[in-house]
Amino acid sequence: MNASWLVVATLAWRNLWRNYRRTLIILATITLGVWSMIFMSALMRGMVDEIVRNGLETLPGEVQVHAPAYRRDPSVVNSMAMPDGDFLQALGESPVVAWAARVRVPAVISSERDSRGVVLLGVDPSAESALGSAPDNLVEGRFLLGVDDKGVVIGASLAKRLETSLGKRIVLMSQNPDNDVADRGARIVGIYKARLPGTEDIYVYAGRAATQKMLAMGEQISEVAVTADDYRAVQSWYPNILEAAGDELEVLPWTALDTFLSSMLAVQDGFALVFMVVVFLALSFGLVNTLVMAVFERVREIGLMLALGMKPALIIGQVLVESLYLLGLGLAAGNIIAYVSIRALENGIDISSVAQGMEMMSMSPVLYPALRFSDMLMSTAVVIVLGLAASLLPAWKASRLDPVKALTKT
Amino acid sequence: MSAIICKELCKTFHQGEQVITGLDHVSIEIKKGSFTCLSGPSGSGKTTLLNAMGGLDTPDSGEIWVGDTRLDTLARGALADMRLHNIGFVFQAYNLIPVLSARENVEFVMQVQGVAKGERRRRSDEVLAEVGLQGMEDRLPSQLSGGQQQRVAVARAIASKPKLVLADEPTANLDSKSAAELMALFESLNEQHGITFVIATHDVRVMGYARRLISMRDGLIISDEAQQSHSMVV
Repeated sequence: MNASWLVVATLAWRNLWRNYRRTLIILATITLGVWSMIFMSALMRGMVDEIVRNGLETLPGEVQVHAPAYRRDPSVVNSMAMPDGDFLQALGESPVVAWAARVRVPAVISSERDSRGVVLLGVDPSAESALGSAPDNLVEGRFLLGVDDKGVVIGASLAKRLETSLGKRIVLMSQNPDNDVADRGARIVGIYKARLPGTEDIYVYAGRAATQKMLAMGEQISEVAVTADDYRAVQSWYPNILEAAGDELEVLPWTALDTFLSSMLAVQDGFALVFMVVVFLALSFGLVNTLVMAVFERVREIGLMLALGMKPALIIGQVLVESLYLLGLGLAAGNIIAYVSIRALENGIDISSVAQGMEMMSMSPVLYPALRFSDMLMSTAVVIVLGLAASLLPAWKASRLDPVKALTKT
Repeated sequence: MSAIICKELCKTFHQGEQVITGLDHVSIEIKKGSFTCLSGPSGSGKTTLLNAMGGLDTPDSGEIWVGDTRLDTLARGALADMRLHNIGFVFQAYNLIPVLSARENVEFVMQVQGVAKGERRRRSDEVLAEVGLQGMEDRLPSQLSGGQQQRVAVARAIASKPKLVLADEPTANLDSKSAAELMALFESLNEQHGITFVIATHDVRVMGYARRLISMRDGLIISDEAQQSHSMVV
């Protein structure tokens, strides 16, 4: 480092601790501000992640492949063949981490007490588990053992509505390709609770082969759901699936399947930045006040340095370096505390007592803060850039002092 | 050879509606290696003249030359550069940087000049010893007496080997003994290193050290006499 900048750095550091109480107060303010930026961003991200992930896990996956007419008419008529050839090969390539072929048709489930409209899912349980779409909270019984498992797994809420329970028989009814009624009796082998209680009423899981047999659809399936390791990166890899699946199938990323979720994700990034800027603007008053006071108290010294031949640019540099020290220390402490506090809460924050009805927003009553390096980076950039910008005025004023007048200041 | 040439310097100050004359067509030439005192009562213009010579203040009209450089036309940055490399300042109120040790204060100007660390250390130790502060290098200004602080200020002024030292009332805050020691130090630096000294003072005891005494009143030079230097009476 140039010798003159070294003395600037030394002076800035020592000046910082001349009024250590004031320095500690502004440091605490910056730390709190940075922590709140990162923590609130993590909460918001956690919330949106939760909504998106829950949305994707129930059940679209990150990319969905089906017959072109299936979305308009999700009946057994609009089915597709099991993946093979290039399509099957593409499903085995990175970044795809899991895929599942399933039958998914509207159906009616009846107990001896009641009937309900549901979505019947004929699944491969191991593939659904890998995809993250299998129910992860079985409160009674078991999940399906294989594609030819003849039992069914229903949600706890549905069981309550049907006034049925584990081990009892129900009847599933839908349509076969000839538009005739297809039905079969099955025993309830498992009851699940979902993060989103609403889904418990809708989805009924059955073995895929057993469902295909009931619906007389041979080896045909309704859809293939595919997932990778980061739902945000879907645009980078879904074209591979699109190309491999061919023209006769419709391949859609989740952003097209659920535009509400994708727009929510886009809004969140902008909102995080706005939130950070607003928090910084609040704490910038404290920062500027500290620097203005620091300059005001050292008018004589600054006059002396100017008189001795220190260039105004170095005076500006001294105030900015002092500001940078404050910001750097506050950022370091804020980032560390944010990291520790978010990690400590990674098992979730139960907000059920203050947020009833959150399932209506596809949210579970437990909030999982999601710490992202990009948020820490963004808060650091916001604080450094705006902090230095806010420090420019006191720095410039210091550099414009008249040495003669400054030296006579008492 | 001239260290400083001032030609027809004029400077006025405004205090409300009142106009105060700081310098009234002052012309003066200071020889290299000379030891000059500017004397006069408060408001006579001696500090204004000293500030103009040091490039700290610009005159309303007239010319100031320090060596071959004309100061009154220089921009702010160039003036700072000129002060940094050519002039040592000693002020009335010591004016040390409180967060720097005695050595760091002495090294300050050299550090801004970009002098290498080893050279800075060697010269600061040398001048601190010369001003009698050996062993006190690491003390902060608050741990030094007034006389010692002023010695650090002198050491800072001469460490970068300036051609010219300008001192404004350097003994004003010192007791008689410290003031005599400081003036003896100035005299010795002048004689041994050939540094040009211009001292603004209204202390008659300090004037006794000058080999040239310029008296001012109301912004005018009223007398300019060569004299025999003599030790200050303690």
